[in-house]
Amino acid sequence: MAVVRRELYVYFSSPIAYVVLTIFLLLCGYFFYSAFAYFSIVSMQTMRMPYAAGINVNEMVLEPLFSNMSVIMLLVMPLLTMRLFAEEKRSGTLELILSYPVREIELLLGKFAACLLVFCLMLALTGLYPLLILIYAKPDIGPIITAYLGLFLLGSAFIALGIMVSSTTENQIIAAAISFGALLMFWLIGWGQSFAGSGLGKILVHLSLLEHFDRFTKGLIDTRDIVYYISFSLFFLFLTLRSLESKRWRG
Amino acid sequence: MIEIKNLTKRFGGLTAINNISFHVAHGEILGFLGPNGAGKTTTIRILTGFFPPTSGSAKVDGLDVFDDSLEVRKRLGYLPENVPLYNDMRVSSYLGFAASLKGVPKERGEKEVDRVINTCGLQPVRDRFIGKISKGFRQRVGIAQAIIGDPDVLILDEPTVGLDPKQIIEIRELIRSFSGQKTVILSSHILPEVSMTCGRVVIINEGRIVAEDTPENLTGKDSSRVMLEIEGPDKEIVEKLRTLHGVTNVSVDAYPGGGSSRYTVEMEKGKDVRGLLAQSVVESGWRLLEMRSSKPSLEDVFIRLVTEEVE
Repeated sequence: MAVVRRELYVYFSSPIAYVVLTIFLLLCGYFFYSAFAYFSIVSMQTMRMPYAAGINVNEMVLEPLFSNMSVIMLLVMPLLTMRLFAEEKRSGTLELILSYPVREIELLLGKFAACLLVFCLMLALTGLYPLLILIYAKPDIGPIITAYLGLFLLGSAFIALGIMVSSTTENQIIAAAISFGALLMFWLIGWGQSFAGSGLGKILVHLSLLEHFDRFTKGLIDTRDIVYYISFSLFFLFLTLRSLESKRWRG
Repeated sequence: MIEIKNLTKRFGGLTAINNISFHVAHGEILGFLGPNGAGKTTTIRILTGFFPPTSGSAKVDGLDVFDDSLEVRKRLGYLPENVPLYNDMRVSSYLGFAASLKGVPKERGEKEVDRVINTCGLQPVRDRFIGKISKGFRQRVGIAQAIIGDPDVLILDEPTVGLDPKQIIEIRELIRSFSGQKTVILSSHILPEVSMTCGRVVIINEGRIVAEDTPENLTGKDSSRVMLEIEGPDKEIVEKLRTLHGVTNVSVDAYPGGGSSRYTVEMEKGKDVRGLLAQSVVESGWRLLEMRSSKPSLEDVFIRLVTEEVE
């Protein structure tokens, strides 16, 4: 679709995609290296101790790597989504494009898909780290696959929220700041469990983006988690659509 | 082709347009004229489906712009004010993007892009970034994206703003070439532009239509004037000329030097007193250096209509 192609063109003809990809991969690479180096030291030591329990490359390297990746995503995803609508609103191109025979939903899904593709490329490039481990160790493949599924779902939730925020403002900085704040809030909301009482606490935990992600890194696929991420994304895409259409019914 | 009926749009307490109605026939170029803030852009935005009217209706080709928005937009080419374009795209790829969004089939897309590039004279910049081309070319890219997909209706909001005189003439000629084929609404606050390109003019001020006619009729409604340059005593000349039959007013405009003065003589409608003027000047022994009749320009009409409204 034309909108997807245009958005991808903009991502890759400007430095946006390269900068975000580079930062993401650099940070992930550093985390991976330090976790793996530490792991090799520890495994050397355990070899010399006859009674030490076997240590696990999944638990010691990959699980922390994936959790760290999700935190870095929290930081860089708003940078990918902030311009999607805010820039078009500011420059007025949104008015022009909405005078074309295009539905708002096509425009929205096009932008969402383009951003998701950039994100998938980002994820795919991090596949190098598990691949390296596969060469030198024997990790469980299952948890790696579920972790990537989890990262993908998490990423689309981030993008959906980011697009929604971007559609409400003309200012990219504001869009990035609000989406970062909102994502962080959804990340940490589960912490309220300790003081919110059992009923509300459970709801807060269930709302947390972090809570649902942990199981994926451990190799668990829970339909509740999948439903959570998909409904989170759909909810924010729906809000975006409403915000785009609002000027049509706000007579 | 375009029917606007009792259209009103309020933004909170502000009434941007108030009960305006007009129509545009197929193939006609309509000048939509008004000072800044008169409600031109608001009217146009309703026509393009950007927001709905508070009350009243607007129809394009018999279709309501709000209820059948998508169908209407298929028939529409729109150039917004200030020409918002994607600066980060190349001209040809941008036009290709516009073509595919406007539903031009893929196999015809490239041909269509070539066609509008030729029509709008964009060959020299077709592979350059839109953000890097001159304002004149940018404006033409704006028109090119409007006519891509060959829509029946063109809505151009101040298409020549900020261009140099040569570019203005080129754009004007381009617009005039659409006459007869496309229905065009040309919004502007530049009067000569409208009188040169448009068959009919709608003048709006403070949200209301104050006049609707051909440029000729609009200018014909005002009394005509004669400009004179005479060497002689001012006061006597003014007094003498005032007494002539058919003259309604005489005023001194300027003193170009060399003992002569310029006068404006206003005549009664339908009377030509030029002969009489010349005769009485010469008979009084003054020297007549220049005489020319000046029809009131659309500008005069416009200013009169707009200021009348204020009073």
